[in-house]
Amino acid sequence: MNTSTAVSISGGGFPWLLAVILLPLLGGVIVAFFKNDARLAKTAALLFSLVEFALTLVVLFNYHASGARIQLAGSADWVASFGVHFSFGVDGIALIMLVMLGGLTPIVLGASWQEKLPEGRSMAGFFSLILVMESLVMAVFAATDVFLFYVLFEIMLIPMYFLIGGYGGPGLRRQYAAVKFFLYSFLGGLLMLASAIGCWSYVESVTGTGTFDWATLTRVVSHAPLGTQIWLFMGFFFAFAIKAPLVPFHTWLPDAVQESPVGVGVFLVGVLDKVGIYGFLRYCLPMFPAASKTLAPLVLVLSVIGVLYGSLLAAGQSDMKRFVAYVSIAHFGFMGVGVFAFTAQSEVGAVTYMLNHSISTGMLLLVVGMIAVRGKSFKAEDYGGMAKVTPLLAGTFFLAGLTTLSLPGTNSFISEFLVLIGSYETQPVYAILATIGMVLAALYVLWLVQRVMHGPLRGKAFGADEPLVQVTGGPGAATDPISRAKGMIKDLNGRERLVLAPMVILILLLGFYPKPLLDVVNPSVSATLTSVGVSVDANQGGN
Amino acid sequence: MEAVHPASGVATLSWLLLALPAFGALVLLIGGKRTDKWGHLLGCLTIIAAFVIGLITFINATGLAVADRVQELHLFSWIPVNALQVDFGLRLDPLSLTFVLLITGVGGLIHIYSIGYMSHDRDRRRFFAYLNLFVASMLLLVLSDSFVTLYLGWEGVGLASYLLIGWYTDRPAAATAAKKAFLMNRVGDVGLAIAIFILFANLHTTQYSVVFANIHTLSPGTITAIALLLLLGACGKSGQFPLQSWLPDAMEGPTPVSALIHAATMVTAGVYLVCRSNPIYDLTTAGRLTVVFVGAITLLIGCVVGCAYDDIKKVLAYSTVSQIGYMMLAAGLGPFGYALAIVHLLTHGFFKAGLFLGAGSVMHGMDDEVNMRKFGGLFKRMPITAVTFGLGYLAIIGFPGLSGYFSKDAIIDAAFNQPGWEGWVFGLAAAIGAGLTAFYMTRLVLMTFFGKERWRDQKSVNGNDFHPHEASPVMWVPMVILAVGSIGAGAYLSIGHRLSDWLTPSLGALQERSAGPLSSIEITILTLVLAAIGVLVAFVVVGRRDVPVVRPERVSWPVRAARANLYGDALNETLIARPGLWLDRALVFGDKFGIDGAVNGIGILFRGSSGRLRKLQTGFVRSYALSMLGGAIVLIGALLLVRFSG
Repeated sequence: MNTSTAVSISGGGFPWLLAVILLPLLGGVIVAFFKNDARLAKTAALLFSLVEFALTLVVLFNYHASGARIQLAGSADWVASFGVHFSFGVDGIALIMLVMLGGLTPIVLGASWQEKLPEGRSMAGFFSLILVMESLVMAVFAATDVFLFYVLFEIMLIPMYFLIGGYGGPGLRRQYAAVKFFLYSFLGGLLMLASAIGCWSYVESVTGTGTFDWATLTRVVSHAPLGTQIWLFMGFFFAFAIKAPLVPFHTWLPDAVQESPVGVGVFLVGVLDKVGIYGFLRYCLPMFPAASKTLAPLVLVLSVIGVLYGSLLAAGQSDMKRFVAYVSIAHFGFMGVGVFAFTAQSEVGAVTYMLNHSISTGMLLLVVGMIAVRGKSFKAEDYGGMAKVTPLLAGTFFLAGLTTLSLPGTNSFISEFLVLIGSYETQPVYAILATIGMVLAALYVLWLVQRVMHGPLRGKAFGADEPLVQVTGGPGAATDPISRAKGMIKDLNGRERLVLAPMVILILLLGFYPKPLLDVVNPSVSATLTSVGVSVDANQGGN
Repeated sequence: MEAVHPASGVATLSWLLLALPAFGALVLLIGGKRTDKWGHLLGCLTIIAAFVIGLITFINATGLAVADRVQELHLFSWIPVNALQVDFGLRLDPLSLTFVLLITGVGGLIHIYSIGYMSHDRDRRRFFAYLNLFVASMLLLVLSDSFVTLYLGWEGVGLASYLLIGWYTDRPAAATAAKKAFLMNRVGDVGLAIAIFILFANLHTTQYSVVFANIHTLSPGTITAIALLLLLGACGKSGQFPLQSWLPDAMEGPTPVSALIHAATMVTAGVYLVCRSNPIYDLTTAGRLTVVFVGAITLLIGCVVGCAYDDIKKVLAYSTVSQIGYMMLAAGLGPFGYALAIVHLLTHGFFKAGLFLGAGSVMHGMDDEVNMRKFGGLFKRMPITAVTFGLGYLAIIGFPGLSGYFSKDAIIDAAFNQPGWEGWVFGLAAAIGAGLTAFYMTRLVLMTFFGKERWRDQKSVNGNDFHPHEASPVMWVPMVILAVGSIGAGAYLSIGHRLSDWLTPSLGALQERSAGPLSSIEITILTLVLAAIGVLVAFVVVGRRDVPVVRPERVSWPVRAARANLYGDALNETLIARPGLWLDRALVFGDKFGIDGAVNGIGILFRGSSGRLRKLQTGFVRSYALSMLGGAIVLIGALLLVRFSG
């Protein structure tokens, strides 16, 4: 909408949203100054992230699920002549992403509290970059101007690039991974920019004035002829398919996750990649409904391949970080199926999958990090028999594994079940193929659990490369090997418990009572579906 | 189908049935070591309390008019998304209440027994937490009022069994067995899941009452597909062909777990699912026939393999495979067999739990030894175990008057009474199975309790001498109670159709027909004769000769095949595991050098030397902006060209 006023705010609550976007940026700048006092920097960063989380909750309570499509909206002109605005607002889907990011950041900071950084890097820089990135990703989810979205989409690569390239694994490898990550995403972004400008010029040719305003653009472009839509769709699609990684655009992710510090890896798979799925839902479907439907089989094929291929590759990894990356690729496949099956259940499943995946995979990666702190290795074969020595660590690892394999009663089950039952209605073949992923998930999770946690004590964690002791030695053994091993490594400490506790609670809570979450997401999903031309009868209750 | 009523009176408290065991599990898991002292007592108390509530609800239900006996209790809305409204609700009807009594009753006895059996384990309270989780999941499985909540309990049982089978996690065999159980269950679960998807896509609900009322509106092909997919799920959970091979491996868990899995809970879930879905199976002859086939094949596999093993628990495990096969066979007979399957399920619950606890008592007294070749003459050393075990043995071989006689013979009778070739094939399979059962069970009893005391000059698995002794009362009292059930349950439940009449509101009336080649008397005589032959052969082979302590390796081909589980594992290994592993390795290789190789080829152009990399990093923003501009111009140009030329 090209109003004459430069600044407009519709509905209440916009200042809150603005605060959500800006606070972490401010925090990041301030924290960066505490270079010489790591403790102060960390505490300040954590405080900022906690206040930020509270702010996202305020936004959550200011949002009315049954209200307008975009709420807490506000806009200011940026480049008026091109119809570019600084405009933000949230729908139910974006809202869930904001709260998720808000909640995840303090957890990641807490988990990174004692991160061993490469030489010459300060904790202040590390935490500052994380906060800056939080701010940018918040803005990406809240943007309601397509050009603004593009700019943020690209800018958020910068802190991430430095986080991987500056704070990750050994020198050259981490820089290789960072550059690879950057080039991939950047290239995708360029294609998106091309499409965005294409959209602009299409709007201009139809209405006489070009704009990047999401709502206007959507209204006009969605009626474009199919051929045009397909071209424009492609640009956005590639950007998002790289981000969310669908096979075969995925190879940057395992490298990036492997070379990142664990906390950054959590952000990468838990948050940044979600922008891809979010983009499908927010941009591809409403803006190019005809193209989305025409090309759905293509995306579904890629997604199902992602489910099966990602699962099989996960089963074949020995590095636990790469394992998590491939698990994520499989999960993104599920989300892709959900988005492009176009039923209320599958879409709600995909949206909640975004949240649940962050919790489950995030927790898995964090626990992997905690294991590696003790065993000084991310290789699964360097471990064995941890369950006897560190039962609590083993228990949380197992729980993270259970939600990763979507066991009923955990949060992920709700999403996966909704994706599958919903997509079966319109796409039975793809749904059945994806269901096979359930078996593979059990395979790769239990394989890793058995390798690391079960069997005889083994590995570097106990100061030996070779199997250290055979537990089945019977009463003949001189000293109790388990007690000895317990002296070498400790179970979860207080900080680690504090970090994992909220995730454990959420896993069970959202597994048994997901209704509030579903109720927030559902109206926005229905609106998205309506824009694709799928009618959703919200009153069609259980008969 | 009877009409469904909202629950009232004591039935509204039935959520406690789930909440109590679940609460116990939660307290024990969160409490950790702090609950060491009283954890096992809490576990037992919650199960016993659940049993009492179940009993009151049950008695209350018997007082209702027949038409009012199917009740539903809505608890909360679980997964509501538009047309999909999955509620957390319970269905209280004769079938589910019967299961509740079995699960909490036998489960409670096993709990009590475990206090003694696990007394030396320093993680005993965690063991009780898992047991409670198991019972809670199983109760949810049978009490749920929709397929989705059933699925929640279904996988919960799978989880609990994984934890319990893999209890001794430091033993690689236990960890592998646990993983195998979970995976094979998951294969079955895929079937169940897809069945749920089909039901929802066609009927827009997953709730039993609505599904069952409208299932007839679907096409016959769809109904058959659903029935077969449900059967796949049932095969996974109940250890039926072709997913049977996890069940014997599951013996790696502590013996009370074996009793729990094999008698009161888990394996009965598949039979429950088929019986619960009776309105679906009623409409598909092909589906029912497949169930019967699966049951018949499995019961024979179980018997044959059971004859060859020397591991006391493995023999009992295969006997379970085979007995569940009987139940499946019965369930596949439709209205002629649902109730018979449940009757046998209950009597089996008693005698098999008794047999497993007896085996556990033997192991307890024999330093965890399971090799029957090292046993012998234990009757004198552990008389209570021997007598209770003996009663379970007589029950399972169908000794006239005992439990198995009534429940198994009814199934054999019904199997014979099928028209045409089916009567002969299924009837004979069931009858031959009875003969084989008599053989291997007699062999087991003779090798364990009678004959020479071969353990005198042997060492146990742990390298100790044997000092066989009777178990403590906390262990043998449950065994005695179960033995009483082994004697009387069959007669009590069968005579006068007591149980089948009670189950009518859930399963429909039990029908009988005499379509088969033989009369009832002839079938009974045939079965008894076959069983007697089995017993006699066992006496000749085992009882009258010395049992070699070391297993003879020069044996005929059938024995070798049976010892190799009829090549079930080998088949899995060659057809699935090995190709899967190779595929996996190929994919990992391809991902690294195929897809990523292509990417890196491009990447090298950008990367160059490390010096240029640094340059890229320092001149970051500038080059970023520049390349963004350049790339954008090219792409926009191309796109606009396409648009305006097209």
